[in-house]
Amino acid sequence: MMISHIASLGRWGMSTLQELGKAGLLLYRVIFRFPNIKKGFVLTLQQVYAEGVLSLLIIIVSGLFIGMVVALQGYHTLAKFGAAQQLGPLVALSVTRELGPVVTALLFAGRAGSAVTAEIGLMKATEQLSSMEMMAVDPFHRVISPRLWGGFISMPLLTIIFNAVAIYGAYLVGVKWLGLDAGAFWSNMQSSVDFHLDVVNGIIKSVVFGFVVIWISVFQGYETPPTSAGIAGATTRTVVYSSLAILGLDFVLTTMMIGGW
Amino acid sequence: MISQRAIESFVGLFLLASIIALLTLAFKVSGLTSFFRPAGYDVTAEFDDIGQLKVRSPVKIGGVLVGEISSISLDPTSYKAIVKLHIDSRFKQIPDDSSASILTAGLLGDNYIAINPMYSENYLKNGDQLQDTHSAMILEKLIGQLIYKLGNMNKDSKGSDKPQSTEPPKDANSAELEKIKDVKKPAAHSN
Repeated sequence: MMISHIASLGRWGMSTLQELGKAGLLLYRVIFRFPNIKKGFVLTLQQVYAEGVLSLLIIIVSGLFIGMVVALQGYHTLAKFGAAQQLGPLVALSVTRELGPVVTALLFAGRAGSAVTAEIGLMKATEQLSSMEMMAVDPFHRVISPRLWGGFISMPLLTIIFNAVAIYGAYLVGVKWLGLDAGAFWSNMQSSVDFHLDVVNGIIKSVVFGFVVIWISVFQGYETPPTSAGIAGATTRTVVYSSLAILGLDFVLTTMMIGGW
Repeated sequence: MISQRAIESFVGLFLLASIIALLTLAFKVSGLTSFFRPAGYDVTAEFDDIGQLKVRSPVKIGGVLVGEISSISLDPTSYKAIVKLHIDSRFKQIPDDSSASILTAGLLGDNYIAINPMYSENYLKNGDQLQDTHSAMILEKLIGQLIYKLGNMNKDSKGSDKPQSTEPPKDANSAELEKIKDVKKPAAHSN
């Protein structure tokens, strides 16, 4: 009885390790294969459209509302201490350091990551990937690699747009609605936000998150059991694993970056 | 199915939007000005204590912004803080015997450097040093000295009618205290 438990634990550990190895091999096959530049470029562009441009609406709307709600909450808390003038720094620092990269990555995992997993999973379930191999088309060049690069390129761009929109949302609430002075809002923000420490570090975070999210999505799609239940499970796992990875990595990256603050 | 040409233009717009957003973040949000700093000249000044002064703190004359602090370093032999001021080239005619003092905006605000112009006919130019400097007012030191002096004042009034002369003012803080003492005394007498 005891032995079987230990054995199942060992089996679970082995299979986890095997999954990790497969994911690493997939990444290796994408990165260290020389691509067909002309065809690869066109395919990657299509994926930037599918993963980036089509996510733009949800990113802009969420950014606007998050900026607005942070400004509203921050204003009422700061006003208690007579420091409402510091609303600009509060919003800009929390958005560029934390909220921008993390919320964009979570939305990206839900909007683009799950779509990539479902698409690749269905291609596998309906044997489109094996028919490509039969036609001497490498599915890695044709399907996997463009999706990975497309997500990798889209994610930082989406984060930058999210940051700018959120800060203008805060401007809308703080200055236009609650009546803070526009000059104080911007100048206090400029004096406490540093381009390299805050903005660039936030973008570095988003690059890491984008890479991890799209890697998990592509891998879950490629390794899905070729059934409809398998695709459903793989899509769920993409969102769950991505969200956990984003939040965990965010803590690690923040501790690494906090030295300069 | 959307055409390849449309996809390409949408992706182009997406890239353009993110570049504009990045420029907004750089210049509007973080106030990145070190790439195109306004033309000007650099002047140094040595201070005993710079308080909370930071790089990019403002430099003002009569409350008007004339430049910013470009670097702060420590002199390895005299242990004084060397502050480098970048002054806008519009303000060329600042006398070279002007004094620089570190002041605080409001009671708990940020520190800035105020230049008080004097009467010399020679003007500051690149690489000059401001000789006459006044250190930052450190609130804790000031309170400490105030308590110390108030204690001495009570002793003096008990001991004799004539207040004994205390130590001569050493720095900006004790000079300021003398003023506070002068204000306090008549008020105490009137009661």
